[in-house]
Amino acid sequence: MSATSTVASDPAADAPDRRREQPPRRRRRPRLPYALLVPAVAVILVAVGYPVYWQVVTSLQEFGLAQQFGAPPTFVGLDNYARLFMDPSLWAVVVRSLLFCLVNAGLTVGIGVALALLMNAVGRVPRLVLQVALLLAWAMPMVAAVTVFKWLFDWRSGVVNWLLVAIGLDQYQGYSWLAQPMTFFLVASLVVVWMSVPFVALSVFAALTQVSDEVLEAAAIDGAGPWQRFWGIILPMVRPVISIVLLLQIIWDLRVFAQIRILQDAGAPIDQTNLLGNYIYELGLGRQDFAGASAVSIFVLLLTVLLSWPYVRSLLKEDEA
Amino acid sequence: MTTAPAPVVPGSVAATAPRPTGPRRRRIRPARVVLSAVAVVVAVVWVFPVYWMVNSSLLPQARLQSREPNFFPTNGSLHNYADVLDGTGFFAALRMSLVVTLSTVALVLVFALLAALAISRFRFRGRKSFVIAMLFIQMLPAEGMFIAQYRMLSDAHLLDRAIGVTILYTAAVVPFTVWMLRGFVAGIPAELEEAGMVDGLSRTQAFLRITFPLLAPGLVAAGVYAFLQAWNEFTIALVALPSDASQTLPLWLRSFLNASVSKGVDWGEVMAASTLIALPVIVFFLLVQGRMTGGLVSGAVKG
Repeated sequence: MSATSTVASDPAADAPDRRREQPPRRRRRPRLPYALLVPAVAVILVAVGYPVYWQVVTSLQEFGLAQQFGAPPTFVGLDNYARLFMDPSLWAVVVRSLLFCLVNAGLTVGIGVALALLMNAVGRVPRLVLQVALLLAWAMPMVAAVTVFKWLFDWRSGVVNWLLVAIGLDQYQGYSWLAQPMTFFLVASLVVVWMSVPFVALSVFAALTQVSDEVLEAAAIDGAGPWQRFWGIILPMVRPVISIVLLLQIIWDLRVFAQIRILQDAGAPIDQTNLLGNYIYELGLGRQDFAGASAVSIFVLLLTVLLSWPYVRSLLKEDEA
Repeated sequence: MTTAPAPVVPGSVAATAPRPTGPRRRRIRPARVVLSAVAVVVAVVWVFPVYWMVNSSLLPQARLQSREPNFFPTNGSLHNYADVLDGTGFFAALRMSLVVTLSTVALVLVFALLAALAISRFRFRGRKSFVIAMLFIQMLPAEGMFIAQYRMLSDAHLLDRAIGVTILYTAAVVPFTVWMLRGFVAGIPAELEEAGMVDGLSRTQAFLRITFPLLAPGLVAAGVYAFLQAWNEFTIALVALPSDASQTLPLWLRSFLNASVSKGVDWGEVMAASTLIALPVIVFFLLVQGRMTGGLVSGAVKG
């Protein structure tokens, strides 16, 4: 009797408790969660929502000098988009940005994974040395990093030219890296890769340490060689992390703006070194073509949302879990 | 003849098992030495730009322009630093950076904590849309919005004002910090708070006395993240602070370099200026890095 009653009453007591507990949260305080969101939503509406709305509207209007002086804007539909997308100079920028983005994202993730595997393979001391070096590079403010690379590649007394001349490449005596588009992008890529690899390497290394030693030992006992263990066990287990960091790197490298802008100060040919962000900047603030700049901005935002979708979905899964 | 039955005997598996590990260990050692050497070389290459910045900052211009580079700051001095600090603009830019960064950190922490509490302690209509919106917004590039943000601030007469940049920074940093703090809030069981309420605390008291102290590591991590974002930010500052008089440190460093181009750059001074900006960030970053990853990992495990 007593045994059955406690067994029966336990879940019975639990259930109403839970029912009593949860509904009040929903019914008595329906406004509280919304009130908690107000500040965050307000600041985002002001600083992100309104600008995006303004860009959508402006990109559909004529916004020339007359409008700058107060004339009412006229609705022109998709004319701005058509005008820009017929313009080969925009396409040159788009192709350049995509190339720059894919090459750098690929290099960053490739080197990052290699360094992660290296950290996993060596002993404690060399690993720590490498980790500290990567952290130092990661911690460098972007403007300081670009400034240092300008000094490393300085045409007159830069250490890179000295080194190349010292190993016998005399053509680099006084070579001006930032004056030619090709070498300009080489230096820009070095800065971007140097700054981005630590994040990839440390993230992938963290994932590698999660691969269980017992599974690897079991595989070794079953006769799997190092390559088989890498392709059959290690890689599949860290693949989710690698695909996420690759995606993030692609999104981040598509928006490289400041590094280019600061490197251009050294006298690079602006037309041949602009990426998408620089193109928008020049179109909007340089030529005051706000309609055109808005149209390209909307294009960049749509591209980002499209690319971000798999990443957001993976985060949402984490939220539901 | 002798090899054929071997695989059938169970004992032989145990006997052969140590054999591969024996030679492997012997083989691994030289490989390990090579890999360790590679790791150290990579570390030296990677750290070189940071080292070169500090090294050059301690050397006078004459030695930086000599034919052979000076790889060590022998007989170096802090002269370049004194020149940078005596020169124009550094302290004004430092002040601007501090005002903008600290206001951003304060606003971000309050706004993000409230929103994180909402999404991790309550189920409500629109919660999922809010989460999705945050995740997308944190991915949006500043370059895709800064023309409109420039127009908006210019119309509101907030260009060159700390408050304008602070609003833009807060909105840029809040989405990710909401996401970060959500993990930390979710890691603290609501039952703890409920137990406190059973013992007679009000909901607010229970939150302040029980949940809030447990959230401290999360708030530190989020605050550091916001600090680094705002302190290092260049792109938004470039459009929102067009005048030389209202520059933050990253903008000031760029002008400092550009101003000296015409008369031949004094790289020692430029590197001293870079070091002044980078050093506090690097120290800060290294100090909190361990705690941050620790916090992030524990949040991931619990959340």
